[in-house]
Amino acid sequence: MWKYVVKRFILMIPTLLGVAVLIFVLMRIVPGDIVELRLAGDSSAVSEELLKTERARFGLDQPLWKQFGTWLWGLARFDFGTSMWTGASIAEELKLRFALSLQLAIMATVIGVAIALPLGVASALKQDSWVDYVARIVSIAGIATPGFWLGILMILVLLVVFRWLPPMVYTPFWVNPWQNLLQLIWPALAVGYRLSAVVTRMTRSAMLEVLREDYIRTARAKGLVETLILKRHAIKNAMLPVLTVTGIEFAALMGGLVVTEQVFNLNGLGLLFVQAVAHRDYTLTQALVLLVASVFIIVNFFMDVMYGWLDPRIRYR
Amino acid sequence: MAINVPFDVTQIAAAEAARGGWWGVIKDFIRRRPLGAAGAAVVILLMLVALSANLIAPYDPVAVDFGAMLSRPSAAHWLGTDAFGRDVLTRLIYGSRTALLVGFGAAMIGATAGAVLGVGSAFFGGRVDLYLQRVMDIFIAFPLIILALAIVAILGNTLPNLIMAITIPMIPRCAIVIRSSALSIREMPYVDAARAAGFGNGRIILRHMLPNVMAPYLILLTSFLGQAILLEATLSFLGLGVKEPTAAWGLMLRGAAVDFAESAPWMAVFPGLAISLAVFAFNLFGDSLRDALDPKLRTL
Repeated sequence: MWKYVVKRFILMIPTLLGVAVLIFVLMRIVPGDIVELRLAGDSSAVSEELLKTERARFGLDQPLWKQFGTWLWGLARFDFGTSMWTGASIAEELKLRFALSLQLAIMATVIGVAIALPLGVASALKQDSWVDYVARIVSIAGIATPGFWLGILMILVLLVVFRWLPPMVYTPFWVNPWQNLLQLIWPALAVGYRLSAVVTRMTRSAMLEVLREDYIRTARAKGLVETLILKRHAIKNAMLPVLTVTGIEFAALMGGLVVTEQVFNLNGLGLLFVQAVAHRDYTLTQALVLLVASVFIIVNFFMDVMYGWLDPRIRYR
Repeated sequence: MAINVPFDVTQIAAAEAARGGWWGVIKDFIRRRPLGAAGAAVVILLMLVALSANLIAPYDPVAVDFGAMLSRPSAAHWLGTDAFGRDVLTRLIYGSRTALLVGFGAAMIGATAGAVLGVGSAFFGGRVDLYLQRVMDIFIAFPLIILALAIVAILGNTLPNLIMAITIPMIPRCAIVIRSSALSIREMPYVDAARAAGFGNGRIILRHMLPNVMAPYLILLTSFLGQAILLEATLSFLGLGVKEPTAAWGLMLRGAAVDFAESAPWMAVFPGLAISLAVFAFNLFGDSLRDALDPKLRTL
C-alpha cells in the first residue's frame, strides 16, 4: 500500500512539470507580448530602444530555457515572483482570490452533493418509475443549462420579483459571515446545480450496478431487512465512483468558474485568469494555471489513494 | 448485465435490421426509450431549422432597425428585438447554425482523434502507452475552459479556430475512455488471429480494433456534442467565440442582454433556453444510446 502511495505521489511530479512546460510554451506562442501591450497605451511612438530595455527588465531577452529555469527555481523556493502587469507580488494577488474561489467551490459541492445523493439513490431504487424519470430529466437539464445563464436568471428573478440584489462588494467570511453568504449563495447555487446533476447521474448508475451484484442477492436471501441491505451493502459500495466524480468536479470548479464569476461580479481566480491572459501577464498566468492544475492533480491523488483505502478489494501494483 | 465486453454495433444493427429493417430498429428505439427518442426528435428538428434558416427566419439576422430597438415580443417580433433592433427569433434560428457547426465539428474531430489515440495506445502498450498516458494526464489536469481560452487567444477567434479550441481539450478525455475499452479487445482471439495471419499493425488497428470500440465511440460522440455546444456558448459569452454580427446563442447573452435584463428580459431568457434545449436533447439521446449499447460505460 505505502509503496503504491509513494509511487503515485512521485508520478504527480512529471505531470505538474508537463503542465508547467505546456503553459510556459503556450504563453510564448500567444501573439503580442506584455511590453507591447503596456506601452500601447502611450500615444507617443514607442522606440525600439524602449521596447528592448523594458523586455530586458522582465528578463524576456533571455533564452527561453533560461527563463523557464529561473521560473522553476523560483517555484522550488515557493517564490511565484511578481505580476508583470501590476508589479504586485503574485502570492499576495492569489491569496484572497484563492480563498474566494475555494469557498465558492466548497459551497457548490456541499449543495450539489446534498441534493444529489438522495435523488440518485431514490432514482436507482425506483428505476423506470416517475421518480426516476423526474430525477433523470432534472439531472440531464442540470448538465445542459449553462451556469452563467442560470446566474443571469437568478439575478433577474431576485431583481424583478423581490426587488433585491445580492451585495456586490466581496466581504471575506471571517469579516462578516452573513454578508459573505448572502453574496456567495447565488453563484454557489448556480454552479451547484450542475455538480448535483453530475453526481446524481453517477450515484444512480453506480447504485443500479451494485444492486445487481451477487452479494445483494445473498443479503436478501438470508432475509436481511431492506434498509440494512441498502445502508450496509449497497450505498457503501456505490459511493466509490461517486466520490471520484465529486472530487474531479470539485477540482474542475477551482479554475472553471470563469464565467460565473463574471456574471456575479466576483473577483476570483477565473476573472483574474481572463485578465492575465488578456494582458499577456506571463508570470501571473503561469502561476495561476499551475495552481489550478496542482489542485486538480492533488485531489486526484487523494481520490486514488482513498479508493484503495475504502475498498480493500483493489489491489495495488 | 454480465456483458462487459463492448460489442459490435454493426452486428447488432444487422441483427435488428434482419428482424424489421431500419424502420424496425427505429420503432423499437422509440418504444423502449421514449426519452431518448424525444431527444432525437428535437435534434432532428434543430438540424432542419439550421439547414433551412434562410427560408424560415422572418427577418435578416444582421439587419439593424433602430426604430424597433428593444421592442417586446409581439406579432411582428415573436420573441422581441435586441438593442440593435434585430429580431431575436431570427438570430436564434441562425444561431443554431453556429451551434451545430461547432458542436458537430468539434465532437467528431475530438472523438475520432481520441479514438485513434486511445486504440493506438492500447494496441502498442509498453512505452508508447506509458508516454501517451502521461501526455493525456497533463492535458486533463489543464482546466478545460482555460485550455480552450488559451488556444483561442493564440489562434484568434474565427469559426475553425473555435472548433479547434474546443476539440483539443476533448481528445484526451475521449482517448482515456476508448483506451480502457480497447485494452480488453487487444486480448481477443481475433486480434491474435489477425496477427498470426501476418496483417500489419495499421490494418489490425483500423479493421479489427476500431470497429469494436464503436459503442463507446458513439456514446462519447453524442455526449461531446452537447458539451461542445455548451463550451461554444461559454466562449462566445466571454467574447472569445465567434464575432458580432454573426448570430450565436452565447454571444446573444453577452453585453446588452445582461445590461437590459430587467427592462428587456426576452434578450436574456430565450438564447439561454435555446442552448439548454439543444444540449438537453443531445444528452437525452446520448443517454439512451448508452443504455442501449453499453450500459456500463460512464460518461459525464
